[in-house]
Amino acid sequence: MVERTQPINPWPGISAATLVAALILGTLVTVALRAETSGGFAPSDWAALRFTLVQATLSAVFSAVLAIPVARALARRRFRGRRLLITLLGAPFILPVIVAILGLLQVFGRSGWISDVLSIFGLPPVQIYGLHGVVLAHVFFNLPLATRLILQGWQEIPAERFRLAAQLGCNGMAMFRLIELPMLRRVLPGVLAVVFAICLTSFAVALTLGGGPRATTIELAIYQAFTYDFNLGRAALLSALQLALTAAAALAALKFSRGDSFGAGLNRAIRRWDGGTPLLDAIWIIAAATFLLLPLASVAISGVIGLFELPSLVFRAAVTSILVAAASTAILLLLAVPMAVSVATGRHNIVELCGILGLAASPLVIGTGLFILIRPVANPTAVALPVTALVNAVMALPFALRILVPAARDTVERHGRLALSLNMSSRTFFIRVMVLRLRPQIGFAAGLAAALSMGDLGVIALFADAQIATLPLQIYRLMGAYQMQAAAGGALLLLLLSMGVFWILDRGGRWHAEA
Amino acid sequence: MLKLDKCTIANGDFLLNADFEIETGARVAVIGPSGAGKSTLLETIAGFRDLKAGQIYWNGKDLTTLPPGKRPLAMLFQDGNLFPHLTAAQNIALGLRPNGRLSTDEMEMVRSALQRVDLLDMGARKPAELSGGQQSRVALARILVQRREVLLLDEPFAALGPALKAEMLDLVADLVAETKTTLLMVSHDPQDALRITRQTVLVADQIAQAPVATAQLFENPPPSLRDYLG
Repeated sequence: MVERTQPINPWPGISAATLVAALILGTLVTVALRAETSGGFAPSDWAALRFTLVQATLSAVFSAVLAIPVARALARRRFRGRRLLITLLGAPFILPVIVAILGLLQVFGRSGWISDVLSIFGLPPVQIYGLHGVVLAHVFFNLPLATRLILQGWQEIPAERFRLAAQLGCNGMAMFRLIELPMLRRVLPGVLAVVFAICLTSFAVALTLGGGPRATTIELAIYQAFTYDFNLGRAALLSALQLALTAAAALAALKFSRGDSFGAGLNRAIRRWDGGTPLLDAIWIIAAATFLLLPLASVAISGVIGLFELPSLVFRAAVTSILVAAASTAILLLLAVPMAVSVATGRHNIVELCGILGLAASPLVIGTGLFILIRPVANPTAVALPVTALVNAVMALPFALRILVPAARDTVERHGRLALSLNMSSRTFFIRVMVLRLRPQIGFAAGLAAALSMGDLGVIALFADAQIATLPLQIYRLMGAYQMQAAAGGALLLLLLSMGVFWILDRGGRWHAEA
Repeated sequence: MLKLDKCTIANGDFLLNADFEIETGARVAVIGPSGAGKSTLLETIAGFRDLKAGQIYWNGKDLTTLPPGKRPLAMLFQDGNLFPHLTAAQNIALGLRPNGRLSTDEMEMVRSALQRVDLLDMGARKPAELSGGQQSRVALARILVQRREVLLLDEPFAALGPALKAEMLDLVADLVAETKTTLLMVSHDPQDALRITRQTVLVADQIAQAPVATAQLFENPPPSLRDYLG
């Protein structure tokens, strides 16, 4: 293929990618250099590794196995609210972890709804802390993702296959074996790998529902080495271990998972002739919806009361969170848009690779590295908020690129020649064509980045002292102080802010955008 | 005079040779079976593809290494000739100033170009709010303000109905006559070629042949053209 000239200057994107790579790899090297000076792995480190692998495996298996009947039910039933439910399945991605955990505690906790019901029958309350609590929370977050991915597999089966199978008289089990099992065999490895990789770097869930020697993830162990022992060498060693794990898992996830999980087209119900039992499908859909919505409803109800007597601390934290989210979104766009444009020229695969690096990086590892780097020159707590905004932006980068790159490619493809023949400069093409054409995708990516940053409880916990807090951290502190009313109020506020900021940016991007 | 000097165009395994001249102000059709390389030929002249060998000259000036926007020619593609997010007037303005704001004089030029293609009231509309024929007129109005010496048409009117296509071709004929522009036009319909061109370049069997008189060519077609015409 003859290479065509393109009206694009790839250098801003390459510079942005270099910055990202320098941040991720630079902190990594910093951590690695530190790690050598410590005394090797302690037994508790091996326990953390074992727990991390066990909880991630269990979370992946439960999420995927439970997602199969839910996705199947959604694929073959049409009912009112189906679209809404499928849209809601995308919501956990931007749902602040601390909000979900509070909701899960209110439903499954020691003094939660289920324990209340059990006590009527004289049974002991359920325990949520420990391995099963961590897995429960992970399934809460990843069951919807797994359902969406598997549903996509179902939707991609050509309708003609079902028609042919129906004509041949296949039904029930035969239809499943003939058409659906091969699809699941193709899709499930990717689903398992993605959920496994996500759960490996779980921090906030382990922080709140895990802990103790028997339920500590590596990510949490890094945090504890930092905050309890202030043992930087050990934190660095654990970071290196975490990095090896996440890199391997991210590679596996990329290898097994195909295409876009953000894709549209999930709104179509496939016409089926094998009947099946509507009742069973209904039970699965209702059970899944209840499992997902009950904790959120619980937070909303208890939060409404707390909302009116929130301590001023919470409002201050909310303002901090909004500022951090705004800064993080701005950083993300400054990195992601030029990078997407460079990738769109098709000649800068290295830029795309730098974007994917963020998937393998763990926020606490980057945080540890930055802490080690910053400490000799400044007080790390003084830069807690900028660092949080930066790390959040880098973590959102892989997702933003996945949203932006296809549209950027399409724009180059459709309008590049015309721009060239008009002698348009690459600067003008970027401002007058690219940015305007990408507006819906930029809005979507910005919404995701803002919501993710708003709800993030990760690197901020490393850096912050008692004076500084983002809203998720403040809620965590209120929970630790057993001020559950205020925590619920704060959680509702956080939920509204995260969803609101996503909605505004996503809508803003699509406002009056021409096809 | 447009001169293709011993040109070889490569596109993967595909090869096309061209070695001919076209007089300034000529109107030339480019005809041949599909896949023979008509579009490839025009894209190469426009600078979207690199030559494997040979040189392209316009009035003695070597164009071979110039980027597309610096060549003294304008091109209309099969589709994507307008930016969908810009108004008709803004699209035309890009032909005058691709990278900046228009002066008052230039705005007047955009207005008169709109007037020339009978779209004076439509300047504020975006392409989606215009019919297919009107979109073609906007593209032609932009060609008008671009004032390039050569116009390349790669079947931009293929999606229009026969009557509308004929109307557009007549408008093109008028415009190139008014501005003394040299025209090269890809077509797969002999009627189009007969309608507005005097000469025809036949592209077949890996060769773009020198232009011959259009009417004469169709009266006595060579074997490769006869196969194509059926």
